[in-house]
Amino acid sequence: MVTVVAPTSATEAAEVMRAAVSDELTVLPRGAGTKAHWGGTQSNVDIVLDTRRMHGVTAHEPGDLVATVRAGTPLRDVQAVLGLAGQRLALEAGFTEATVGGVLAAGEAGPLRLRHGSGRDLLIGVEFVRADGVVARSGGRVVKNVAGYDMGRLLCGSYGTLAVITSATFRLHPLPPARTWVSRPVGTLDEMADLVGEVMSARVSPSSVEIDLRGTSGTLAALIEGSRAGVDARAETATRQLGGGAVIGDEPAWWGRYPFAPDDVAVKLAAPVGPLGSVLGALRAAAGPGVAVRGSAGTGVLYAALPGSTSAEHLHSTLAALRSALAEAGGSCVVLAAPPSIRDEIDLWGPVPGLALMRRIKDQFDPARRLASGRFVGGI
Amino acid sequence: MVAASAPAAVDVLAARLRAELGDAAVVTEEAARRTYECDGLAHFRAVPALVVLPESAEQVQTVVRACRDEGVAWVARGSGTGLSGGALPLVDGVLIVTSRMRRIVQIDLSNGRAILEPGVVNLAVSRAVSDDGWFYAPDPSSQLVCSIGGNVAENSGGAHCVKYGFTVHHVTGLEICTSDGELVWLGAGQAAEAPGFDLVGVFVGSEGTLGIATKVAVRLLRQPEAVTTLLAAFGTVADAGAATSAVIAAGLTPAAAEIMDALAIEAAEQAVACSYPAGAGAVLIVELDGPAVEVAAEEATVRKLCDGAGAFEIRVAADSAERAEIWKGRKSAFAAVGRISPNYIVQDGVIPRTALAEVLAEIDALAAASGIRVANVFHAGDGNLHPLVLYDATVPGEYETAQRVSGAILDLCVARGGSITGEHGVGVDKADKLPRMFSGDDLETMQLVRCAFDPTGLANPGKVFPTPRLCGEPPRPRAAGDLASQSRQQAGVLAW
Repeated sequence: MVTVVAPTSATEAAEVMRAAVSDELTVLPRGAGTKAHWGGTQSNVDIVLDTRRMHGVTAHEPGDLVATVRAGTPLRDVQAVLGLAGQRLALEAGFTEATVGGVLAAGEAGPLRLRHGSGRDLLIGVEFVRADGVVARSGGRVVKNVAGYDMGRLLCGSYGTLAVITSATFRLHPLPPARTWVSRPVGTLDEMADLVGEVMSARVSPSSVEIDLRGTSGTLAALIEGSRAGVDARAETATRQLGGGAVIGDEPAWWGRYPFAPDDVAVKLAAPVGPLGSVLGALRAAAGPGVAVRGSAGTGVLYAALPGSTSAEHLHSTLAALRSALAEAGGSCVVLAAPPSIRDEIDLWGPVPGLALMRRIKDQFDPARRLASGRFVGGI
Repeated sequence: MVAASAPAAVDVLAARLRAELGDAAVVTEEAARRTYECDGLAHFRAVPALVVLPESAEQVQTVVRACRDEGVAWVARGSGTGLSGGALPLVDGVLIVTSRMRRIVQIDLSNGRAILEPGVVNLAVSRAVSDDGWFYAPDPSSQLVCSIGGNVAENSGGAHCVKYGFTVHHVTGLEICTSDGELVWLGAGQAAEAPGFDLVGVFVGSEGTLGIATKVAVRLLRQPEAVTTLLAAFGTVADAGAATSAVIAAGLTPAAAEIMDALAIEAAEQAVACSYPAGAGAVLIVELDGPAVEVAAEEATVRKLCDGAGAFEIRVAADSAERAEIWKGRKSAFAAVGRISPNYIVQDGVIPRTALAEVLAEIDALAAASGIRVANVFHAGDGNLHPLVLYDATVPGEYETAQRVSGAILDLCVARGGSITGEHGVGVDKADKLPRMFSGDDLETMQLVRCAFDPTGLANPGKVFPTPRLCGEPPRPRAAGDLASQSRQQAGVLAW
């Protein structure tokens, strides 16, 4: 039987972990659960540690462009508070309910990652509860700080397997006075790859360059942010550079949304930008001509949707072909989610550089395999 | 432990490494070893028992494996420009110097990446790609000399990190040699991310305590279309700080925002005749970059805000020569202080930017009360202070007083929620000060990572952490019974 426990503070979360230690129970940290189906299957969850009662922006100093947020706060609530001061956390979630802790732990990042990176690049301080119930911190609340190891980076993208994030301090950015999108239809993968290179010019300097493809055709869109006059001029430049029916407009309906539905096989690719066209060609060859792809062409982090009805065998060979093409180019792909019937049959992660070191880190942090065990790379 | 058997072990090591790497790679002569006795923080000195100069990752591996076999600790050193004693040698250990590993292995502009050996000099990276319109963003003041491997160890910043971030934001992959002599690739390299924990993120800034980087994959950026550099002269540092705050409050992200106070300006004038406006109590240098159309508008805004904050003169560089002229005084500031004082301590602390005026007033008060002069140079955009504490070593007691003032400045930073180091690192210099920022539990947690990477503790021991943790120690005993039953009750109450 799974017990859901919802502590209201790091101290209470630590008590939960210590109880789990003494009773030899396993724990799954969870925010809103929007990505509960991501990663490997954790066997025998005894306690779900729900972070949502650790809620709220506990500090926001606009003059320092820094805010501290409790882990269970939905990211959109954070943005609402920061927006009042004309600021934002340059981090985006693919699900509207997603909490700050969940976005960090799953390593989610949206279109702004081209300019601002992902959560680990914006996180300047973190508080967390270890598997043995000890509360610890690293970093601080100043942007520039090299005192001690950066544990925040280690926790970002760790799927809750090392510690429970209870609070996060971020570097913020001013909300740009103006934003506009330049979109253009693309007909072939090579054309798309060329245009991505074009639009990332210094004159346009886009905040995001995203694609939305089904098969070989679809849309390329660049987000341009800055002053009103500057954005207008840069958008004109981008329109000329892109040619071929490029138009200036509002946010495309697909912007920042994953291409996959809950029942699909959800794949994330991280490819070098140079050979993006050939990587997507390999994806199309492996997964079929109708495969849907969306994401940050500017950084090479893309999401693909494969039908959930795919057999484990077929998915296995699709992934093998795709990973082979990606390995040649210097990229990787992971299966974020797959229907339960096939999830345990396939290698979700592919080759993992440094896996032996990662296992040693897990051994140090959680030797009893109490936290989210089995959810991450190599069964960590 | 290492010390007891070290002399004999080092002789064995020297013989083995001569055989494996050749005589030229192994330095045993005392006078030659002495040239490596300190890094940029010359106050700490130790002549290493042995110096080795490998030429490749495989040779680094050979050295580290030999050290592992003999149980000898080692320290990695790049160009030796570090300012916290992170590359301070061990008298009974090996110093592994990467200065012969200077190959740029690969540049791929189609993907905006370069792969570098650790001894590559920082500025050489931008120079290699500047004709094609690209650059490598992290630009520590020592960039003419300092190495990429050292930048990785220290997570180096620079004047432009307020906009572009630090080394960690620009390293996408690493090949490292762990202390058990394995060469391991971490991270993606060519792509933006790789599956698994962010080991690159935790290795960068670990000050050589987790291993040696033998190859570094970095992100290159397209040069901005326009750059403008503006120098504004103010009557007081407080006014210059207020102007910086106004720029940030206006929603601008300058590429750099630097302040020098009157004493720092005086030193720079004597050293490099930078001709800053006469009578300035402080100068603020603001650099803006990006699309030309944005930069032009931002320049007008910055001018207006500096005027509003009381600037009595504003200069704007019309070209790159004038830009270099404006930066000349700032970039020479640390060394220039030698013109006005026989000795000085370079401090590195961080405060929230909004506390700038108050903290600077408190530093003034400290200086006045102690009779010690303090020149202030700082990255105003991110609150990173570099107070230069001036003293005369020939005057009895003055060094001690300067040390006290320098330490008290760090206390001010910590009291405001800041940091004891923004970019110079902890090294040996500040290991004893780390507990001012972190609890025992925090530091113990960091050392869990250390134990995963370096269980034998041979990689740069004695740096960063005030109290080394023995790896393999059982976890501290925890109160189990009562606490656990309380927790269960608590858990029951909380369940919903």
